[in-house]
Amino acid sequence: MSLVQPEMRPHYPDYATAPTQHHFSPYADNGGSVVAIAGDDFVVIGADTRLSAGFSIYTRDQNKLFRLSDTTVLGCSGCWCDTLTLTRILTARMQMYQQEHNKVMTTPACAQMLSTMLYYKRFFPYYISNILVGLDNEGKGCVYSYDPIGHCEKATYRAGGSAGALLQPLLDNQIGLKNMQNVGDSKLSLERALAVLKDVFISAAERDIFTGDSILINVITKDGIQDYSFQLRKD
Amino acid sequence: MSSIGTGYDLSASQFSPDGRVFQVEYAMKAVENSGTVIGLRGKDGVVLAAEKLVMSKLHEPGTNKRIFNIDKHVGMAFSGLIADARQIVDIARREAANYRSQYGVSIPLNYLNDRVSMYMHAYTLYSAVRPYGCSVILASFEENGPLMYTIDPSGVSYGYHGCAIGKAKQSAKTEIEKLKLRTMTCRELVKEAAKIIYLVHDELKDKNFELELSWICEESRGVHEKVPESVFAEAEKAAKQAMEADSDSDTEDM
Amino acid sequence: MFNSVMNAPPFWHNGPAPGAFYNFPGASTTPQDFRQHSQAPVTTATSIVALQYKTGVVIAGDMLGSYGSLARYRNCPRILKVNDNIILGAGGDYADFQYVKDIIEQKIIDEDCLDDGFKLKPKSLYCWLTRIMYNRRSKFDPFWNNFVVGGIQDGEPFLGTVDKLGTAYADKIICTGYGAYIAVPLLRDAVEKNPNLTKVEARQLVEKCMEVLYYRDARSFPKYQIATIDETEGAVVEGPIDVNQNWNLAHMIQ
Repeated sequence: MSLVQPEMRPHYPDYATAPTQHHFSPYADNGGSVVAIAGDDFVVIGADTRLSAGFSIYTRDQNKLFRLSDTTVLGCSGCWCDTLTLTRILTARMQMYQQEHNKVMTTPACAQMLSTMLYYKRFFPYYISNILVGLDNEGKGCVYSYDPIGHCEKATYRAGGSAGALLQPLLDNQIGLKNMQNVGDSKLSLERALAVLKDVFISAAERDIFTGDSILINVITKDGIQDYSFQLRKD
Repeated sequence: MSSIGTGYDLSASQFSPDGRVFQVEYAMKAVENSGTVIGLRGKDGVVLAAEKLVMSKLHEPGTNKRIFNIDKHVGMAFSGLIADARQIVDIARREAANYRSQYGVSIPLNYLNDRVSMYMHAYTLYSAVRPYGCSVILASFEENGPLMYTIDPSGVSYGYHGCAIGKAKQSAKTEIEKLKLRTMTCRELVKEAAKIIYLVHDELKDKNFELELSWICEESRGVHEKVPESVFAEAEKAAKQAMEADSDSDTEDM
Repeated sequence: MFNSVMNAPPFWHNGPAPGAFYNFPGASTTPQDFRQHSQAPVTTATSIVALQYKTGVVIAGDMLGSYGSLARYRNCPRILKVNDNIILGAGGDYADFQYVKDIIEQKIIDEDCLDDGFKLKPKSLYCWLTRIMYNRRSKFDPFWNNFVVGGIQDGEPFLGTVDKLGTAYADKIICTGYGAYIAVPLLRDAVEKNPNLTKVEARQLVEKCMEVLYYRDARSFPKYQIATIDETEGAVVEGPIDVNQNWNLAHMIQ
């Protein structure tokens, strides 16, 4: 306890005598959500197209899905400048692998590489919520989700980004069939996956101001990647 | 060349007993084996012209140029070893860029000339290096008018109204001396330059060559650039015609 | 009993303090390369307003350099033509902008020196800017700027922006600073009503935005520059232009 009290003066911003202090944070939260659902022979991934910072929307039309190969797609949300950097390095690494090994990197290999790349920046992380999807070596759909410092988990469905916490329990229920009674273990169809994907994004856009405008969806099957887009509310 | 240099020509760091640095003289020989390059400074600008000898028909036209841009307002032409010259070009560009970043204005040619000369001279002082096997002509257009300098492998430089380096520098100089450079415009000089290059080209020894022409003058807005295609075509045509007229009169004489 | 400060002398010197590690003599534990990072902006410029229309791009920004709340410098151009393909606008710290501008201008000179006919394209400059901005933010020493790049690439108009973190995006409407709050809604509304703006319409819209920004942004100024780029008329920077002020409404505001 100091004997002298710190000077207690009211703060009037308009009459402040000290120059404004700008503080610098290397990170920004640019919002965005990514949802991925895998099936036996397909995987779908969707990301909204809103790029925002606080209350301002930078653009309503920003693709956040990055095609790393014909069977691998990465969805990113979080700090956009980190996303740009990470995905650019990833693309270069994919190319280097291709040239060194004369084959395209598989999805599991790519998943491991991403984890390593994130952990390499453990003490100045890429502030990104990554979800990597693709077909594994057997042609089965797979989803890998990451934390910003490289923890990697394989799953069959995952929601990430600003509405991740909102959507994951919904997916647990609808796709994982958790806490449901009298449900069989019917195989997930692509149609069902797409329908759920759209529905969860509509729900997210209702409550999350960082998610909206529209979604871009990539469907990966053995025949390649197909694009779909879907409008969301724009307010 | 029998035994004069014996023992004293292996290093640039040693004089011969009669006070010469042979390595530097050999470097100048390298320049004299290369195509002729001339620079003409008229009243409104400088014209650079180069005879680029083409060693093989398999070479792609327009490669290995002998005239370079150093900055917006500076051009450089060289005669000698191209690889050596490229390094000089690079040094000159760095000097120009550095000056611009430091002082925010384009580098004065006399200063650039000093710097490049000093750099080339430094390579005549040490046993571990060899002198640059090229001479360069620097040209620019400044507030007080056109400027031109030539630097030797020795690092010596002079300002010129008209200069020639390379194979046929003597006959080229003789031709240049016939011109009234101080009163001529770049338009006129381009034609003269082309003529001289065609004239001094030795068809017997070197079959093919490419003509290069650049200028820096009021017409090029004080920017060093290749002469426009139309001007080039006109100059080359005039040069070829002059050659034909010349050879006609030669046959008449005989 | 002890000395005047009433502190007991230490039991022993140079040994480990109780509960602490021993510090070896000589090994300094403080880094020697202290640097003050992430400085605050000093002289700043406010919004940039940019709009992509059917065949080109318009970028506008006023000419004020603010020193905090003081309208310090009233003639600070911050819209520039990079080359025939690119126009660039910048907000934020003016010194950082000038520094980056010098680098870009030297890039263009270097490119012209090569003389291979290649010209920097807008997407390349935009990408390069994301890299330098991200690099500096990663060193905690950012360039405190927003850059807006406009241009024509492969016959298509391009408009993109980069901020001090390296956050970058391309869109048809880009405004930085207060423009993001004041001009963007106006522009989005106008573009929604008329998606195929002509050059004249786009320009008028941007001029209107500059007017509104002058009314509402306390760090703005009624003198601005406007740059347009399209395939027919190329890149043109105009200005200084005065804001068309109309204060007739003022007396009605209590």
